[in-house]
Amino acid sequence: MTAPVKIAMPFDAEAVRARFPILSRTVYGKKLVYLDSGASAQKPDVVLDAMRDFAQSEYANVHRGVHFLSAAATDRYEAARRTVQKFLNAAREDEIVFTKGGTEAINLVAYSHLMPTIQPGDEIVLSVMEHHSNIVPWHFLRERCGAVLHWVDVADDGSLDVESLDGAIGPKTKLVAITHMSNVLGTVTPLKEIIARAHAKGVPVLADGCQGAVHEIVDVQALDIDFYVLTGHKLYGPTGIGALYARRAHLKAMRPFNGGGEMIREVMKDRITYADPPARFEAGTPPIIEAAGLGAALDWLMGLDRAAVAAHEHDLLSFAREQVSQFNWLRVIGDAPGKGAILSFEADGMHAHDLATILDREGVAVRAGHHCAQVLMERFNVTSTTRASFALYNTRADVDALVAGLAKAREVLHG
Amino acid sequence: MDNALRELYQEVILDHSRHPRHYGAMAGASHKAEGYNPLCGDRVTVYLNLDADGRVADIAFEGKGCAISQASASMMAALLKGRTKEDAEKLMEGFLHLVRGEDAPGLSDDDRETLEVMGGISEFPMRVKCATLAWHTFRNAVEEGRMATEEGAA
Repeated sequence: MTAPVKIAMPFDAEAVRARFPILSRTVYGKKLVYLDSGASAQKPDVVLDAMRDFAQSEYANVHRGVHFLSAAATDRYEAARRTVQKFLNAAREDEIVFTKGGTEAINLVAYSHLMPTIQPGDEIVLSVMEHHSNIVPWHFLRERCGAVLHWVDVADDGSLDVESLDGAIGPKTKLVAITHMSNVLGTVTPLKEIIARAHAKGVPVLADGCQGAVHEIVDVQALDIDFYVLTGHKLYGPTGIGALYARRAHLKAMRPFNGGGEMIREVMKDRITYADPPARFEAGTPPIIEAAGLGAALDWLMGLDRAAVAAHEHDLLSFAREQVSQFNWLRVIGDAPGKGAILSFEADGMHAHDLATILDREGVAVRAGHHCAQVLMERFNVTSTTRASFALYNTRADVDALVAGLAKAREVLHG
Repeated sequence: MDNALRELYQEVILDHSRHPRHYGAMAGASHKAEGYNPLCGDRVTVYLNLDADGRVADIAFEGKGCAISQASASMMAALLKGRTKEDAEKLMEGFLHLVRGEDAPGLSDDDRETLEVMGGISEFPMRVKCATLAWHTFRNAVEEGRMATEEGAA
């Protein structure tokens, strides 16, 4: 396995960039400028190598064989769990449940934690800037159990007011489900304060960290959070794997969601007993090679100076923000103080899909659409936005390409 | 500029998208349907007046969307006015072939010339749905969109 690479200060984006083979390709004969990491990040060579090496030399199913390879694969899988534990600073490794992604992790909390006890009229507090994956599972509870969704608005700049969130938490609130970082606005929520307020009223908090875990350093113990969700593919790891951190006491009380192999202790004709968490929630053969990849990705990330990474991403964002301000036809959506490296905007007389198509032909990959956040689109009275999301491998040259592409799009569509 | 892009955003398409023909809600339409593209959130509503012979006596649309979807809806409305349902169905078939970059043998030369303007979309597979949204909505309006009338059923 390739050792984690320590990059010396100051942060060397070019050196990091060189670790991502795909970034050296061209599209339509143009240099690829990848500004869609918020949808999915590219993978460094250490992740690709780790997955290939593991599959070539140590792969077998986990937790069942007594043979050499099964033991080796189980070691690797469980080592990846400890890497996630370290990444989130969880107290115990058995507080980490592997899932197929962030969506499954949130659904697991909805089905296993909330559904068994929720009563008609019970409330779930969530913000209007949630991704659909942190909305739809709660809609299921509304449809099936009579739960009430209590929405907290954001300010015009996209920031979340802790007071209004606090005000939404009442005696019937059973959960606060909130993003750590908005995938559209880039807003970073004040999790620590939100959790303190919710806990003061005895309400647990779930944070959707699919974006937040990429850009912020997460310490679940310092946050005192109940549930924290992440996904591998946005963290420079593979698709098909994510994780749920849940406090041990919650996991022990949660009933299983998927049933099958791996999650049982004993299966008889007339009774069944379940394995302890986290295995109880990992029915079936898990994403083993992906776990090796996720472990490698997080080890690599933790080997970097993450404060320097964050500073680099913030520099890109403020540079981009400043550059696009020259376009009086462009309106940025989301200017919350301390926001993460996501720039969403709409343009007068130019639809996001036309913009994205023209940018694409310049080699610039951006996302256009509602970003699985239709409640937020409605809040800002738009049907879609164009979104550039920055990662550690982006550079100011990428911002320049975006800005040149935008000027070009204006010329194509408005002459 | 990129030729494919020039082809896609040619002047006639931009003109239709900026100044859509037959745009706006139609009072007293005999048929109506709403189309929605979940990929981008774009919506289009197509209104029709089908006369006793099944002819498109009048057509209108409204909606919000990208230049391609707006231009396609506008060009469709201009083309379909006065056509029979059967004619419209043939035009739609031909159009669907053209936007996939295929030959469309069933079209008259005039119709082909009109519709070929949208043919550039075939180079942009992710955008084909933008161009076809209005046409699918038109078909839904004809097949399932009969409006309840004072004299009519329902």
